[in-house]
Amino acid sequence: MEQPEQETVTNLPRTETATQEVPMPEPAALRRPDAAAQEPGPEDRVFETDKISIYYGSFRAVTDVTLSIYQNEITAFIGPSGCGKTTVLRTLNRMNDLIPGAHVEGDVRYRGASLYGKDVSPIAVRRRIGMVFQKPNPFPKSIYDNVAYGPRINGEHNKKKLDEIVEQSLRGAALWDEVKDRLGKSGLGLSGGQAQRLCIARTLAVEPDVVLMDEPCSALDPIATGRIEDLMQEIKSKYTIVIVTHNMQQATRVSDRTAFYSVLVNPESDTRTGVLVEYGRTQQIFEDPHDSRTQSYVTGRMG
Amino acid sequence: MAVIAGQQGIDLREPKGWRRTSNRIATFLMVLAFVLVIIPLGFVLFTVIAKGASIISWQFLTGQPIPPNVEPAGVGGLWPAVLGTIEITALATLFAVPLGILGAVYLNEYGGRGWLAALIGFMSDVMTGVPSIVMGLFIFSIWVLHFGYSGLAGAFALGCLMLPVVIRSTDEMLKLVPNSLREGSYALGATKARVTVTVVLPAAIGGIVSGALLAVARAAGETAPLLFTILTVTTANPNVFSGPTTSLPSQIFSNATQPYTGAQDRAWGAALTLIAICFILMIAARIVTARFSRYSR
Amino acid sequence: MSTVTQADPAAPAGSAHPLDQRRPLGDRGFAILALASGLLVLVILVLIAITTTQQASSWFTTEGWKIFTNNWDPAANQFGALSFIYGTIITAIIAIVMAVPVSVGIALLLTEVVPYRWSRPIVYVIDLLAVIPSVVWGLWGILVFAPWIQHIYAHIGNVVQGVPVLGSLFGPPTSGASFFTAGIILAFMITPIVTSLSREVIATVPAIDKEGAYALGATRLEMIRGAVWPHSQGGVVGAVLLGLGRAMGETIAVALVIGSAAVITPHLFAPGYNMAAVIANQFGEASGVFRAALMGIGVLLFVITIIVNIVARTIVDRSARRKRGA
Repeated sequence: MEQPEQETVTNLPRTETATQEVPMPEPAALRRPDAAAQEPGPEDRVFETDKISIYYGSFRAVTDVTLSIYQNEITAFIGPSGCGKTTVLRTLNRMNDLIPGAHVEGDVRYRGASLYGKDVSPIAVRRRIGMVFQKPNPFPKSIYDNVAYGPRINGEHNKKKLDEIVEQSLRGAALWDEVKDRLGKSGLGLSGGQAQRLCIARTLAVEPDVVLMDEPCSALDPIATGRIEDLMQEIKSKYTIVIVTHNMQQATRVSDRTAFYSVLVNPESDTRTGVLVEYGRTQQIFEDPHDSRTQSYVTGRMG
Repeated sequence: MAVIAGQQGIDLREPKGWRRTSNRIATFLMVLAFVLVIIPLGFVLFTVIAKGASIISWQFLTGQPIPPNVEPAGVGGLWPAVLGTIEITALATLFAVPLGILGAVYLNEYGGRGWLAALIGFMSDVMTGVPSIVMGLFIFSIWVLHFGYSGLAGAFALGCLMLPVVIRSTDEMLKLVPNSLREGSYALGATKARVTVTVVLPAAIGGIVSGALLAVARAAGETAPLLFTILTVTTANPNVFSGPTTSLPSQIFSNATQPYTGAQDRAWGAALTLIAICFILMIAARIVTARFSRYSR
Repeated sequence: MSTVTQADPAAPAGSAHPLDQRRPLGDRGFAILALASGLLVLVILVLIAITTTQQASSWFTTEGWKIFTNNWDPAANQFGALSFIYGTIITAIIAIVMAVPVSVGIALLLTEVVPYRWSRPIVYVIDLLAVIPSVVWGLWGILVFAPWIQHIYAHIGNVVQGVPVLGSLFGPPTSGASFFTAGIILAFMITPIVTSLSREVIATVPAIDKEGAYALGATRLEMIRGAVWPHSQGGVVGAVLLGLGRAMGETIAVALVIGSAAVITPHLFAPGYNMAAVIANQFGEASGVFRAALMGIGVLLFVITIIVNIVARTIVDRSARRKRGA
């Protein structure tokens, strides 16, 4: 599939300069083990966390997560149910702020700045760090208005510009050809896979830096899943992607790095706390896991 | 902490300008809406309490009334009205609550998804919107014309008002009772009637009572249905089954239009009494919900 | 209670099953009782329609279509009720215009702005507002509120006197007991029901839709406009209609503050009348065709409110069903 050619012209700085420093993704079969020369440098770190814990009220949902997410890579979070992978994902764009009592201990840095700093606005954060949800959630508006919603709230009202942005984004989500003749129809009338691509287009329309995906394919059939996975590979060169997935094969198909989370059970209070067990290049995680829990999970011994 | 991220100068601060302003205006308007509601509420309560408190006394509540143009207001009492309210409302409750509960039992346990249950449920909701004065006209036509004015007629009218409210609130409570409770009872060989009476209703009893108390609070405060059914008089009529009688709201209504301050003051006293009764019922409903409801929304 | 016992499916027919004796409740009897109670609702509604229409028949027959004229003069045996219909509609509209923004605002405040812990006091305040009896609103309205607001009316009246549209709406003569005052009091009274129903409707908006908007970097207002409003506008319309129906049927408070003048006038600050109020105030002294006329006005009121309520409930039910089906 072709890369979308045109860059949308906006007045926001784009993250182009960093692109050249990251090696091109290789087909899985040819992937070689970690070579020091290919490790991305510190300026490619999009996210950095250092032993963070995430709480809902006084309940510690996730503990001790230390990882870095790198520019233009697809990072997968995998692990059994309840291990906190979605919680960590939502922390990256401050969506957990919407849950009363949720807070983070420890520093989450986005491109060097503290994401939870004093003057940081969650609205600005979410503009830059977008999210696609498990169940496609198009607004009860037309397809056009769904995609145009983001640019409109950011002040773009010029009809021609909006048309351009809508087309760009729908092309970017590989949905344009299917809906270009019915942009006025309701977004609710699309099939699951199309609706999810609409949500991706909607996210791309605000020109984020990062796209977070929370099990985006779990509600879709295999064909629709495949199209979204292809899409992820296509857009990787312009965005950084973090995906939570239940499907290990999906992680091996699309991701460059994988973080494996597991559950610590506290026997006294019978509560479960998520913990990051291992994080590294995908091939290493699946073929040569360092931790025994990782090995149990990826070989299917633990669910 | 730096809020400029990366070497490209991404600004993570709050968006300025119209977006922030409009968001703040919206929040302000929502809060203003609430304030706009507190003001009349406070005003009414303050006035009723201020004007009524000086009138209220044990003698006021239990004494016999005097003609409206006699001052001061402290002389004379409201006993007939208090008695009337108690009797009429109690009778109305006796009609409406059991029938309402049974109606809700039909809707929830027997009717299921049938068309009749859907119709009854729907029309029951519609019935809550029937003006109370129409209920009064109805009972006038069907009862008073044949049997004369009485507290009983007033009770019928209030009962008709309460019935759909009790049905709806009981229905909601019954819906909350988990099916596993019913199934457990059926599995022991109980009939539907027995299951309902011995398992389902007790499980929902907190919510049912609470809903009934709220219906009573509404009925106690109603005036219009009583206008043509009890025919407001001033003497106490302990026989609620025949002869015109009076009630607190009826008394307030007739006194409110009197030009004499004595009568008006008595109206304030009666209003305070009435509000106190309604509040007590409402608080009782809340307590019942909090303490005795096993299943709540 | 009947002693009808239902045949136990496990026992062969005709045998005395050991469980039979231990069942004091007739299962079938109970079912019939429940059904009868449910049917009572329908029976009552039908009876209301029949009996009141019957009592009003002499009005319908003597006046015919003249019941819809503005010609109310009982002394001269004229019973055209148009002014009351006008009054009911006008006061209800005034009430809705004032109550709806406030009610929707509070509903949004409760669902989107205020954390759950703080929402309880706000709900209590709304419940307090709801429990105040109509007659107390009326008492306060006529003895306290109307005299006070009369000054404001007089000021406004002086200012807009002569101005083309505003003058005829808000100009003199002004009176504390008037259409507008009745509308204000009605607004206070219908706010609780519109608020609580709007809140129920807005709460059915799926959280995931709201998150979708926030995830795009929307402010709360933008999220409400993008995700909440499109979902809930239908249901809120239903809630508004229910408030409208309530405002039209509310009797005692209006009877005390509306001014008791059977007129059709654009002067909102002038005394007026409406259907429920005229019945309440004049039924006691009426007889013959006069009484039939008042009864007939009651029939009209019944029909109007039933229609409004049916439409409103249908809309609200449909929007609630949409959530459950999603």
